[in-house]
Amino acid sequence: MTHLNELTLAEARDGLKAKDFSATDLAKAHLSAIEAARGLNAYLLETPDRALQMAGVADAKIASGEARPLEGLPLGVKDLFCTHGVATTAGSKILEGFQPHYESAVTHNLWRDGAVMLGKLNLDEFAMGSSNETSAYGDVVSPWRRAGSETKLVPGGSSGGSAAAVAAHLCLGATATDTGGSIRQPAAFTGTVGIKPTYGRCSRWGTVAYASSLDQAGPIARTVRDCAILLGSMSGADARDTTCADLAVPDFEAAVARGVKGLTIGIPKEYRVEGMSAEIQALWDKGAAMLKDAGATIREISLPHTRYALPAYYIVAPAEASSNLARYDGVRYGLRVPGKDIAGMYENTRAAGFGREVKRRIMIGTYVLSAGYYDAYYVRAQKIRTLIKRDFEEAYASGIDAILTPATPSAAFGIGEKGSGDPVEMYLQDVFTITVNMAGLPGISVPAGLDAQGLPLGLQLIGRPFDEETLFAAAQVIETAAGRTQLPKAWWA
Amino acid sequence: MSVDATTVRRIAHLARIAVSDEEVAPLQGELNAILAFVEQLSEVDVEGVEPMTSVTPMAMKKRSDVVTDGGHARDIVFNAPETEDHYFLVPKVVE
Repeated sequence: MTHLNELTLAEARDGLKAKDFSATDLAKAHLSAIEAARGLNAYLLETPDRALQMAGVADAKIASGEARPLEGLPLGVKDLFCTHGVATTAGSKILEGFQPHYESAVTHNLWRDGAVMLGKLNLDEFAMGSSNETSAYGDVVSPWRRAGSETKLVPGGSSGGSAAAVAAHLCLGATATDTGGSIRQPAAFTGTVGIKPTYGRCSRWGTVAYASSLDQAGPIARTVRDCAILLGSMSGADARDTTCADLAVPDFEAAVARGVKGLTIGIPKEYRVEGMSAEIQALWDKGAAMLKDAGATIREISLPHTRYALPAYYIVAPAEASSNLARYDGVRYGLRVPGKDIAGMYENTRAAGFGREVKRRIMIGTYVLSAGYYDAYYVRAQKIRTLIKRDFEEAYASGIDAILTPATPSAAFGIGEKGSGDPVEMYLQDVFTITVNMAGLPGISVPAGLDAQGLPLGLQLIGRPFDEETLFAAAQVIETAAGRTQLPKAWWA
Repeated sequence: MSVDATTVRRIAHLARIAVSDEEVAPLQGELNAILAFVEQLSEVDVEGVEPMTSVTPMAMKKRSDVVTDGGHARDIVFNAPETEDHYFLVPKVVE
């Protein structure tokens, strides 16, 4: 028999409904899997008491016929979402000991719908990273290994704990966030599905801010359908986030079975970047063929400003981060290190509390916003952002329904292999995902095959604003045609 | 454009991050690598292009300028390193 934690979220939902097992059984199966997988360092904090208490409530609701949409389904929470009375670190030493007295809108919505919290998941510090190696609480180890090798691989980042936990069956699904690729890249590295919805689909209220005009929450799960179910609960209007869209939430799960017949899928020629591996090119061609076989029309398109998205991001995102992270000053929460005066206290606190990558980004942001450089860097980058968005608008106006690209330039790499000398080497990880944040569009990453070393590779689909439904439909076609990725056996347990 | 050691110290001070003498040189190298990478933006013709202010076409939500919330002083200071009577305590600012 399949272990309960190895079910998909949809299967677990159906099993609870049919009373094949209880929510308490389901929670316990996950808690023991988490305990056995501590070596992966995916969870920063386990909350077994809360999980069992919530599962007990769920069992009572199921018994009385009042089950809510996610009743009794155990989830992990990226430690960037504030959780009431449960420590929230953002992967940083500067927030050590912080216990929010409020609940983020996204997690509130999940608990409102009956989901069960298993704990808080590791991440890159303040979501700044592409490998989960910038966390102040240690690297996350991917459950994946190259065939015949024991080299520890990264799960991707910044939602590395979320992706690793989903792939290792340590939760049915997880919350994640994506500012430049932080949902889609780790999903691609771990053979899981992740969607960054349209900017404004999920409320940002109560989620620790990195770059506010780019940050969006979304789920990582093991199937397209599971992601659709979770996004349906996570999203929705919220007056407390002024950029959260006042739109009704569609029935995302119903869109999964829609198919792609009659749709036109764009293949952007600028994504055929210099040095792209033959494996990635072959995967991309295979994905296009799958969609064509299911009735879609494939058409080459041009998004001419693609190559400027990554450099423009490394102005806009650090600029916003330098402003957002100004709040960590040793006064209101977290760490305080004394100094000779108040400015000395700020400087010592921030020197001790922030890690290297975070300091780097705050300093770049401070520089590009400083007097004399603002127009040359920041205003120019925002103009280029307008051009990037215009490229997509023109493609969609010409009849394109969704765009297919690779999710990442390669499969997962080893811990410590990238970015130690030159930070830009790591930034290049996000070359295919970052345009989507710059244009505020929805993007989904779906597993489409394995590379020669047996590691998963993902494809990305990019949609029109607020048309996540087409992405679910098209991603399901790829998932069905490629077959669900066989997740690794538990070598860590 | 690139930054020298003096500029690195000035940025660090503006960002309120203490940097030791040993940290300046590596930071200078890393910041210059990033600045060299973003340099390619200067080749884009942005004449007549409006800078983006909102990624989705939406008007800023407004509400009446009235008190809608409050009375949470205890919650607000709960996580502060030092407090007294629901005030944040900081080192002396004015002599």
